[in-house]
Amino acid sequence: MAFLTLPSVQDRGLIPEGRLTGPMPWVIAIMMFLTILAAAAGLSVRASADRVNADLAGRATVQVVEANPDLRAEQAGAAVEALSKIQLVEKVEPVSEADVEEMLAPWIGSDGLDDTIPIPALIDLDLNGPATEANLDEIRDLLADIAPAARVDAHGSWLKPVFNLLKSLQYLALGLVLLLAFATSATVLLAARSALDTHRETIDIMHLLGATDGQITRLFQRRIALDAGFGGAIGIVAALMVLFFIAVQMGEIGSGLLESGLLRWHDWAILALIPIGGIVLAMLTARVTIMRALRKML
Amino acid sequence: MDSIVQFENVGLRYGTDTETLSDISFTLFPGRFYFLTGASGAGKTSLLRLLFLAQRPSRGLIKLFGTDAVTLPREELPALRRRIGVVFQDFRLVPHLSAFDNIALPLRVAGVSERELQQPVAEMLDWVGIGDRASARPATLSGGEQQRVAIARAVISRPEILVADEPTGNVDPDMALRLLRLFEALNKLGTTVVVATHDLHLLSKVKDAQMMHLDKGHISDPTGALRYPPRPDDARRVR
Repeated sequence: MAFLTLPSVQDRGLIPEGRLTGPMPWVIAIMMFLTILAAAAGLSVRASADRVNADLAGRATVQVVEANPDLRAEQAGAAVEALSKIQLVEKVEPVSEADVEEMLAPWIGSDGLDDTIPIPALIDLDLNGPATEANLDEIRDLLADIAPAARVDAHGSWLKPVFNLLKSLQYLALGLVLLLAFATSATVLLAARSALDTHRETIDIMHLLGATDGQITRLFQRRIALDAGFGGAIGIVAALMVLFFIAVQMGEIGSGLLESGLLRWHDWAILALIPIGGIVLAMLTARVTIMRALRKML
Repeated sequence: MDSIVQFENVGLRYGTDTETLSDISFTLFPGRFYFLTGASGAGKTSLLRLLFLAQRPSRGLIKLFGTDAVTLPREELPALRRRIGVVFQDFRLVPHLSAFDNIALPLRVAGVSERELQQPVAEMLDWVGIGDRASARPATLSGGEQQRVAIARAVISRPEILVADEPTGNVDPDMALRLLRLFEALNKLGTTVVVATHDLHLLSKVKDAQMMHLDKGHISDPTGALRYPPRPDDARRVR
């Protein structure tokens, strides 16, 4: 972590106290603002996915798909009885016909089910563990003889396309964060080169007086760190105000899905670390840029 | 006596031009006072730049303090440079720093604490006669005052070699003599002094000073032992 070393108090005046380049702190502030928002979006999506996943992780459904209502009822009853006896299943809850009718009402109307329409019998299962393929296979094996028309599915499998979408959104957010970090580095690189050109005469003099590359680099790192710190502070304050405003609005809507996207404490900690990471990135970029340039001098 | 500077067949070429300096060979010894003379364009500044490690030669050997300065890795140059004080022809003061801070620069580079450097810098300002201009920036100083700041900066860290390029070029004769006396005082403390000048009158002002003469990139006195005015023995050495 030697690159984080800053010059001693008396050395600080060797490079003029003005900012390296006028707009740099503001450009960094904008970059930080956008980075924090992109990261917050990604973290929110992840929080939402994690919460939904946790809800569905140990849940499965057994469908008894049998056209004959008597046979269907018989197999469903046998399945409930068998499933109630195994340790893997914590809770067995047959879904009543009324509930099934209510679920299907948007498609078949509210007049009730016609006996001629074969509707599968549904059994909700809460498992003592995740609804993995191995656990589901154990249930399938159990039901193979007593309820051959039974199909066993994890609740999560129904939402797989949604999870895939959420995963894609997380990668998109991560990509944006990396892109913004790259843009921040490029901004610092240009600012460092510009500062080197501006102070080339002072650098030459310092070299001839015996200053090392490290001493000269630390002077520029300090200025870059100040600019990045200033930009980072503005960026995070602005971003937090926006996030707070959005969080309040999400809370007012009261939608479970939206509320599931609320950031957790460790998500906030990650967001708080972004400006610090930005400052470190800026100092590292400045150090590499300036050291490379100095090595071309004698 | 061990030499402090040794040049052997040194040549310096800028780009593809003809050599600015050719076959330069001389030896300087500790505690001596040397003048480097020559007309404008003779190569005095180029030779001094090699001496204070602002440049590497195109060929030849340069030894400073017994170290081969030509092949020395650049990471090790700062330590060598701190043993050499330089008065640049154009002063090269840092414009945004006060006279005090310009003079303090070599000490700060060397890591001297702020508390420890206050007294020597103040004494140095008085020594060069600008104690009342400590907080002035270079732009507000006269040419002579800037020159004295440049000299004070060059000697503040008690270098083993002091290299001065036309140090009296911008001052009146009285001040030129005073500056020369400063160099002499430093020389008496053991510093090897090398002063480049085209003003031959200065040469007679320093007792026992030796002279090297440059003419179109060639040195006339390979031993660096000529005196001014030349003694009969010296005259035979000049090519």
